[in-house]
Amino acid sequence: MYPEQYRYTKEHEWVREEGGTGVIGITFHAQKELGDIVYVDLPKPGTVVERGKTFGSVESVKAVSDIYAPVSGEVIAVNRVLANAPEKLNEDPHGEAWLVRIRLSLPDELKDLLSAEDYQKYTGD
Amino acid sequence: MIRKVRQHPTQNEPLLFESSSPGKRGYQLPELDVPQVDAREALGEGNARADIEGFPEVSEVEAIRHFTRLSTWNYAIDLGLYPLGSCTMKYNPRVNEAVARIDGLAWAHPYQPERLSQGAMEIVARLEAALAEITGMDAVTLQPAAGAHGELTGILLVRALLASRGDPRKKVLIPDSAHGTNPATAAMAGYEVINAPSNQLGMLDLAELARVVDDDVAAVMITNPNTLGVFEEQITGIASLLHSKGALVYMDGANMNALMGVARPGDFGIDVMHLNLHKTFSTPHGGGGPGCGAVAAKSQLEPFLPTPRLARNDGGWTWDYHRPQSIGRVRAFYGNFGVLVRALAYIMAHGGPGLRAVTMDAVANANYLRKRIEPYYDLPYASPSMHECVFSDERQAKNGVRTGDIAKRLIDYGFHPYTVSFPLIVHGALMIEPTETESKQELDLFAEAMIAIAQEAEENPELVRTAPHSTRIGRVDEVTAARKPIVRWRPA
Amino acid sequence: MLDTIGVSSAEDLFAHLPPETRLRRPLDLAPGKSEYEIVEYFRARAAENANGYASFLGAGVYNHYRPVLVDTVISRGEFLTSYTPYQAEISQGTLMTIFEFQTMICQLTGMDVANASMYDGSTAAPEAAMMAMRITGRDHVAVSRAVHPEYREVLATYMRHHGHVKDDARVTEFEYDLDTGGIDFPSLERALGPNTAAVMVQSPNFFGVVEEVKRAAETAHAAGALLIVVFTEAVSLGILEPPRDADIVAGELQSFAISPSYGGPFAGVIATKEKYMRQIPGRLVGETKDTRGNRAFCLTLATREQHIRREKATSNICTNQALIALMATVFMTVYGRAGLRELAEQNLAKAHYLGGRLPLRFGGPFFNEFVARTNGRTPGAVNERLLDNKIIGGLPLDRFYPELADCMLFCATEMNRREQMDAVASVVAAAEAYAR
Repeated sequence: MYPEQYRYTKEHEWVREEGGTGVIGITFHAQKELGDIVYVDLPKPGTVVERGKTFGSVESVKAVSDIYAPVSGEVIAVNRVLANAPEKLNEDPHGEAWLVRIRLSLPDELKDLLSAEDYQKYTGD
Repeated sequence: MIRKVRQHPTQNEPLLFESSSPGKRGYQLPELDVPQVDAREALGEGNARADIEGFPEVSEVEAIRHFTRLSTWNYAIDLGLYPLGSCTMKYNPRVNEAVARIDGLAWAHPYQPERLSQGAMEIVARLEAALAEITGMDAVTLQPAAGAHGELTGILLVRALLASRGDPRKKVLIPDSAHGTNPATAAMAGYEVINAPSNQLGMLDLAELARVVDDDVAAVMITNPNTLGVFEEQITGIASLLHSKGALVYMDGANMNALMGVARPGDFGIDVMHLNLHKTFSTPHGGGGPGCGAVAAKSQLEPFLPTPRLARNDGGWTWDYHRPQSIGRVRAFYGNFGVLVRALAYIMAHGGPGLRAVTMDAVANANYLRKRIEPYYDLPYASPSMHECVFSDERQAKNGVRTGDIAKRLIDYGFHPYTVSFPLIVHGALMIEPTETESKQELDLFAEAMIAIAQEAEENPELVRTAPHSTRIGRVDEVTAARKPIVRWRPA
Repeated sequence: MLDTIGVSSAEDLFAHLPPETRLRRPLDLAPGKSEYEIVEYFRARAAENANGYASFLGAGVYNHYRPVLVDTVISRGEFLTSYTPYQAEISQGTLMTIFEFQTMICQLTGMDVANASMYDGSTAAPEAAMMAMRITGRDHVAVSRAVHPEYREVLATYMRHHGHVKDDARVTEFEYDLDTGGIDFPSLERALGPNTAAVMVQSPNFFGVVEEVKRAAETAHAAGALLIVVFTEAVSLGILEPPRDADIVAGELQSFAISPSYGGPFAGVIATKEKYMRQIPGRLVGETKDTRGNRAFCLTLATREQHIRREKATSNICTNQALIALMATVFMTVYGRAGLRELAEQNLAKAHYLGGRLPLRFGGPFFNEFVARTNGRTPGAVNERLLDNKIIGGLPLDRFYPELADCMLFCATEMNRREQMDAVASVVAAAEAYAR
């Protein structure tokens, strides 16, 4: 269920490291809790995000959930697919429905995140 | 067996734009008694409009049928009970409608000479005085247009008072059970919202509150009774605590129906509060508005009230605009005067004893329903209920039936649902407020429906989960409506 | 019933209230009155107000004929006594009329999206300003002095207290041109800065003058700001080209069969371009399908609203003005495409008849309101003479514009008759003669 090469947070985000950048998304568990997703609010490229602080939100019909940055850095790409097809976040949260790519400012932060196995245990999925 | 309703055909009806046809008309204007003016000449070429594209054209008969048919698709208080918690869906007296339409009141222009507006001003003054007496407060403003508007006004008053003391402060405490407008209001006014947790009695805990109250707290926003329908028994202690720290107590007065003639917020430590005239004071909801969010305050806040205020002058009323400390205007003119007329008519019809009887009946009705429903639904808080009671769907959830489903099945039984999933501190909440309007017959029908649905949840959960079955429209696809919003008609 | 609850009287249900919170005396209010007495009371109060006067007051509240059908429809219990349409299955009547309302507002204003109404125009304007601030991330507003003075006061209150306050000078007023009565563009340019989120103008403005909306839009956009156009006289949209270059339109619908009622309740509205839809405050009704494939309507994009977002809501608004908006919807239906235009043409004709007989202060184009000078006597004195003729004259402007102390704002609608206007003209002419 949870890709081995990703790192995870207790707030149900994942990070995939690629060189000096990190691709960020929300997990299968998160989209399941949220239900049908209707809208995703993401920052613009150039925005600086800080670990633990909110940088966007995900909406279902009746609820809004903040997304917390698992690591710090600068947003260099935003997934345009989600603007017209937010349902992708329910269908493929770990792949096609990535949220943003950031240039990591503190790569060491990755070490503090959970492994796939630990995250699986945490969610009980 | 469903006793309250039986199916019957309802008329179909398209959108106005779909029955529109060029040349149809529903109006006739008198002949012009002055010369016609060419729009392009008078307004300038670029300013004159060619046409209002797509605007409907229907006859008077089509118009009346259109709206009448649509009206038959609605539920309403005139049809039966609305058990909506914290909405106080009481009967809307028709005499209120009649008096609001009297020409001298309905056609009064806010800028007409004051000496030709004394009747209107007298009505405003009398309502202010009545609400001050009912709430135990010193000064009332009727300017805000609705509850949320009144809340914002109230919080701005708090802010202005503290600023005048040179002690601005940054935080507002709000219980986790509060209505969503409370934190939205506090945030709009620039405050940081700090959560105040409820205890296992469903009340604010004085000791817990003492831990979070410091010199940077401007106010606590409470509702009393709270959204669980429970009286905040430590309210005088809470008020003393906040006052001792130089902070104020704001009360959301949405639940005033539980207190009239029995307890007055001004007497138990409240500094400022808002009232919903469209709840407690019977002005019609009309599908979602208008309302009035009157604000009542203690005298220390009076100088900051919105401008203008009524004052006596030469034996008559006048609007006083000279109010240097006022927070300013929160809307143009004087308030929702038409709503004020209705609220005053309601208060006059009841008088003091009548309002107290309203509260007695409202609380009795809620407790009657609680007793009848209690054996079948989980009651998360055992504390005494006032005008509303809150259950949870825990028992039914075991069969996959949630509060939203039970609510939808209630529609098949001929009722509007109760308040679903609120307050948030109760998982799967069912919030029920019958009001004093309801007779025992209607309450019994409702209790029987709730009991029957509880049984269905055990024996035939699928029936409940897919309800309603008897309406023109089944459950709507809210997901697509939010993903791909279509918020206007467009020609094909 | 009390037996079922297990108490001997309803009083017992209050026994748990702490004694110090209890009221120990009856409420000091007059005893309950009969329906007859209530009607008599309000009739007496109504008699103390103006009755049977012709009126030339506008200034944000307009005298237009209210078709009988409006009250017929809204008095139906299913509209009058129904709740907010959260339960779509039993609220399709309300929801569909709101959908029609939203559509007609778009058609009138030239915008793509309109909400289900706001409290009134005076609160719709600051809500539009806050919307512009959210969209641009800036927090300064430049507003024309020719926007309704009380609307500007409300804007000032909202802006003064808005959460994101960073510095004091967040609202700058720019001037009107002393000749045309419209926007003074050099003054507007001076009011703009790198932090300006919006330029706010009203058209027709408070003086009745039609503004150069296109030019205002260009000026605002060049500075990276949005253009908000406010309207107070909805009938003007029957004949005036709508403000298509605006980013946000905020208006008052009182002209559409809503009784003046001493200032309220009214209904405001905000309309905007498609791209700003998610920033619009207030309720929105959307079209969808039900589980059986039928067309249905429901409240949508609720996540903008207070009951879900709580602290992060786009606004704290909960109520809209559904019943009042329904009055407007019925009005728009009764008049329709041709009727609204004809109504507007009549207003234009009446006001220009009167305006042609009075000394106009401004040269800009006007719809049904204009500013006239009173030479010789003060506006107050002119109005006293008019009152003797059972005519309520225009609004003396000194209370809002000291520099226009010798002027008053007249409005003429389809409800004003020629002989009333002739009377006004002769009283004003007599005042001039007095001066000579």
